[in-house]
Amino acid sequence: MLTSYGPILVLIAVVLAFAVGNIIISELFGKKTISIAKGDPYECGSRPVGGARLRLSIHFYLVAVLFILFDVESLLLIPWAVAARGFAGAGVGGVVFAEVLGFVAVLGVGLAYVWRKGGLRWDR
Amino acid sequence: MSLPLHLAALAAPRSATNQINDFLTGVKPDFVPDWALPLTTALISVGIAVAIISLVAMSGTWLERKVSGHIQCRYGPMRVGWHGWLQPIADGVKLLLKEDMIPLGADKPLYLLAPALVLASILGAMAVFPLAPDFYFADIDLGIFTILALTSTTTIGVVMAGWSSNSKWSLYGAMREAAQVVAYEIPLGISLLVPVMVAGSFNLLEVSNGQAGGFGVLNWYIWPWVNPFMGPAFLLFFIAILAETKRAPFDLPEAESELVAGFMTEYSGIRWSFFFMEEYAAMFLYCVVGSFFFFGGFESPLTSLARATDVHLLVQVAAAVTIIAKGYAGLFLMMWLRWTLPRVRIDQVMTLGYKYLTPLALACVLGASVWEVFLAPVLPWR
Repeated sequence: MLTSYGPILVLIAVVLAFAVGNIIISELFGKKTISIAKGDPYECGSRPVGGARLRLSIHFYLVAVLFILFDVESLLLIPWAVAARGFAGAGVGGVVFAEVLGFVAVLGVGLAYVWRKGGLRWDR
Repeated sequence: MSLPLHLAALAAPRSATNQINDFLTGVKPDFVPDWALPLTTALISVGIAVAIISLVAMSGTWLERKVSGHIQCRYGPMRVGWHGWLQPIADGVKLLLKEDMIPLGADKPLYLLAPALVLASILGAMAVFPLAPDFYFADIDLGIFTILALTSTTTIGVVMAGWSSNSKWSLYGAMREAAQVVAYEIPLGISLLVPVMVAGSFNLLEVSNGQAGGFGVLNWYIWPWVNPFMGPAFLLFFIAILAETKRAPFDLPEAESELVAGFMTEYSGIRWSFFFMEEYAAMFLYCVVGSFFFFGGFESPLTSLARATDVHLLVQVAAAVTIIAKGYAGLFLMMWLRWTLPRVRIDQVMTLGYKYLTPLALACVLGASVWEVFLAPVLPWR
């Protein structure tokens, strides 16, 4: 079973080697001149103002929690989706569907709550 | 288990790797040790895969410029080769010879690692993409799941690149990427559940086989008589892949007119080109996934004709031509959209993702499951 993932590992290893090889070639042939001004980050030609380690508000906590909420949800829906027709064939399609409906309804309530609370207002 | 045996197990049954292995066994001289065989096999198949991927990425850059050119009533590259078809090679050589700059304030290890990580994750996902029914690299039962898992890893690389560059433009690009890609992962995964439900499998080959027959067209999952929720699901999927691959109108992480080049502002030379290779490989990969799950995969009138002749090689070639043509059709559509739609704001992107696409995708899955569970068993044509 797990060995079928082997080719992916091989491919990733080769691609990393390809990337490193290209960079080495570039190091060998490319020119290298270093100066203070050149090492500055690009800020439209003027001297950079302050550092770039800023704090930006993207409501990171909310983004992360929402992502986890819905990603875990889709993870749980995936096995059901694959087996849905099998359940129907075994005569329990309706029962399983009702369970999934309940599951999605709980999540729908969660989404509605976040929405109502203004968690989805990204222009704040 | 000894090492050679383990390597031999890398070759999945029925796969291209296996065929190469058989061929090599036939021509192997006696003085070559046995353990060299599986190793050579693995390397040859990797070589084929990498060659295909780089061809796709190179032709993608050329196609993008030709399409943009013609949409804007100009020609695009014309000098290098016929209609500039050698331009990507010229560009590659140029980029190799360019200076590979590292900003003085950069977080060096992260800065150096980011492009390679981005490239490796997307090309690792390409391993799952089968080129023909009997010619593929990895036959994985969780095919689409693996693709989604590996492609979402690119976000980490992009955020690494943006943060380590020590540039404000890069930082903004990375933050947008983090917010946007994470938001669109959800509708992407959920809308794919609709065809997965109809096919009952994650495996790309099985999904394609499920759409065989009907002159190679009538059994595609996209048709409303298969499942009427498939069309909306495809629309959601397509919007989500535009956002996932950072294409216009969702190209906010790059946003050249406002963020210079977004997360790759500070990159130059060959490292910069890795981000482009990733972008075109990802576009092609998602288009291929879309063709497998909605537009019949290997099935087309061409494949049906080839199958009627009963020549094995002909079927493989027809299937490969079909899937690559479908992939490029999707690529063209994405380029076309880039010059049709203006870029949206980041809050609009997030609103669209969470307030519209996610509930709609959920509704689509539920509707499709009602159809599959209650109606499909009594439909005469299913």
